Amino acid sequence: MRLQLSPETAAFREEMRTFFTTQVPQEIRDTVAARRHLTRDQYVETQRVLNAAGLAVPHWPREWGGRGWTPLQRHIWHEEMQLACVPPPLAFNVSMVGPVIAAFGSQEQKERFLPPTANLDIWWCQGFSEPDAGSDLASLRTSAVRDGGDWVVNGQKTWTTLGQYADWIFCLVRTDPTAEKKQRGISFLLVPMDAPGVTLRPIELIDGGHEVNEVFFEDVRVPAENLVGEENRGWDYAKFLLGNERVGVAPVGYTKRLLAQAKRHAAEVEVDGEPLARDPLLAARIAELENELLALELTALRVVAHSADGKPHPASSVLKLRGTELQQAATELVVDIAGPLAVASGAGEGSEVPEWARVATPSYLNYRKASIYGGSNEVQRTIIAGSILGL
Amino acid sequence: MDFDYDDEQAALREAVSGLLGRAYTGEHRRTVTAAEPGFDEKTWARLAEMGVLGLPFAEDDGGMGAGPVEVAIVAEEIGRVLAPEPFVEVVVLAGGLVAAVGTPAQRGEVLAAIAEGGCVAAVAHAEPGTRWSPSARDVRATRDGDGWRLAGVKEPVVQGARADLLVVSAVLPGGGTGLFLVRPDAEGPARTGYRTHDGGRAARIELTGTPAELLGDDADADRTAAVERAQAEARIAYGHEAVGAMDTALRTTAQYLRTRKQFGVPLARFQSLTFRTADMYVSLELARSTALWATLVQDAGGDVVRAADRARLQTSRAGRHIGHEAIQLHGGIGMTAEYTIGHYTSRLTAIDHLLGDGDFALARLAAVTGGYETVDPLGAPYTGG
Repeated sequence: MRLQLSPETAAFREEMRTFFTTQVPQEIRDTVAARRHLTRDQYVETQRVLNAAGLAVPHWPREWGGRGWTPLQRHIWHEEMQLACVPPPLAFNVSMVGPVIAAFGSQEQKERFLPPTANLDIWWCQGFSEPDAGSDLASLRTSAVRDGGDWVVNGQKTWTTLGQYADWIFCLVRTDPTAEKKQRGISFLLVPMDAPGVTLRPIELIDGGHEVNEVFFEDVRVPAENLVGEENRGWDYAKFLLGNERVGVAPVGYTKRLLAQAKRHAAEVEVDGEPLARDPLLAARIAELENELLALELTALRVVAHSADGKPHPASSVLKLRGTELQQAATELVVDIAGPLAVASGAGEGSEVPEWARVATPSYLNYRKASIYGGSNEVQRTIIAGSILGL
Repeated sequence: MDFDYDDEQAALREAVSGLLGRAYTGEHRRTVTAAEPGFDEKTWARLAEMGVLGLPFAEDDGGMGAGPVEVAIVAEEIGRVLAPEPFVEVVVLAGGLVAAVGTPAQRGEVLAAIAEGGCVAAVAHAEPGTRWSPSARDVRATRDGDGWRLAGVKEPVVQGARADLLVVSAVLPGGGTGLFLVRPDAEGPARTGYRTHDGGRAARIELTGTPAELLGDDADADRTAAVERAQAEARIAYGHEAVGAMDTALRTTAQYLRTRKQFGVPLARFQSLTFRTADMYVSLELARSTALWATLVQDAGGDVVRAADRARLQTSRAGRHIGHEAIQLHGGIGMTAEYTIGHYTSRLTAIDHLLGDGDFALARLAAVTGGYETVDPLGAPYTGG
């Protein structure tokens, strides 16, 4: 039982901090700090800088660029990246399809896809959710029917994040509609976005932004070799993909940075000549949020430091649930600090409203998504009640 | 960084939990708390035999030389079964003050006696009209030849009527807060004991020129910081007592939902109830993490007062959440004195109001939040961000 990092881990933390704050282009980090949207090129440039230094896919198998780090090292890597305003490597590539191909793909698939996936030479998007398959993902209906050497795909995916930038989409498709359990007839299929019959339609969100899409498949022919692993085992791979992550589940670094920004804004905003930061109600709200975030960070550290038998720590289920709640609370705090300025989200050149106040409300509205995606917080509560409390 | 208990710590937990688990099965706690002094002297003696009552004291002072992690383990096991033995109050708070301020002779005498189980020492610090202050206000110390006399009222003093020795704070002639040992003998203070809602005992202590012995040997030293620090260490230990109690309250509630049937099905079939139980688990784990961290800050020589405020805020919020929901999810049975769950809520409420509640901690944290950018729990030693 010891709080301090070992000298080696402390040095590792310093190494990460130095790299992220000196090697990633300042303009990109400024964009993240200002909570502006990144361009496709900025994502790609960042990931290539990271990949060249061996920092894009540290959790992959060593032969594909992994580093063999401990969970604590990976946690530090992830936290320092967020604190330094470095956009993390694209999750669809490095946390989702990459690990699935590395674990279940053929040697050919690994050689073909893993290096460009790590380097963001291929941009992946996720084809899981459907209009009638959200939390109940296993009821998905997009079908793939074997026809000679091809799979023929028909159906619709939705909530496809950054699909407008994507080269490929990894899909869960129904390959055996007669399977007794609906989870059993699903396969994991890789589809090029430029294949004939694939169309993408943007979905505008409540913040006015375009980050998610619908993707339609109409008699899309995909070579059989694009199926990952075994036919009808796709559900197991999706569970592997969603369930094997215990690092970075809670966006601690992101929220910590936002709270620090909120404090700076509160010190700048004046109310009748006094800094808003002196308002005791606001100070109490900030202090309480900071303390809850501390509790979350410590819980994340307990989870990553837990070495026993490779099984996830029971408390890991808390991280997504509480992590997104606090992330949302921090975005809400910034809106409230902006106060009347929070309405000026559309202000342009010549406005005296600072940029942080203009983006506050769209960002707050945007982050209502956090408690819905990646297994809604109601799904998380179901998991806690069921698998931990036996209810 | 390492959050795992070592083998010796695991053995300590097993021993304490074995002793207390056997002592407080079924109705026994109600029987014990119904009679004076509100705890079981035999269990107290067994804890002394195990070395638990001298755990944090230096070996030279008759203690075991263990650290805050070991103290935390004992406190959590006490909370788990609501053992009424005043471990935190006597060992951590009273013993902590004597260890911090006492002369070698005083430490040797008092701490050894506490460790052996022969001395229940109580801190008489709170005064009517004060609210969790680290200073004395109206109780005054005056010199009397080579000795001292104290006058004023202390209340509520936990275990003040049973105590073999009182550690009393008082305003010094030159200002500042001094600490004194007061023996409740013939010349001792008037003590009026009473039951507290959680089954414990407290007392009003009236000092009327009562003879007292200066704790430590510097008659001019202001001990406010020492009181602040001892209270912080006790708040951290209380945090673990609360975690133990919350853990049992949650488990008991989950068990009840699995077995209690209404509308022909177990209550666990109702998602409105299971979701609330899941939220209780979230509160518990976040509180556990923070209490554990504060203990490690103490162990590493960091800013223990700030860490204690952080732990208190989290455990206070969690204690209320879990305490309320545990009764509500039980329904009417949770209101009865015969059933255990409500007693957990009662004890959590008492812990919350001994030494400063969550809002008290929050006010202190809010006053300093502008002074740092982010909270870095791993920066060693923790310096208060």
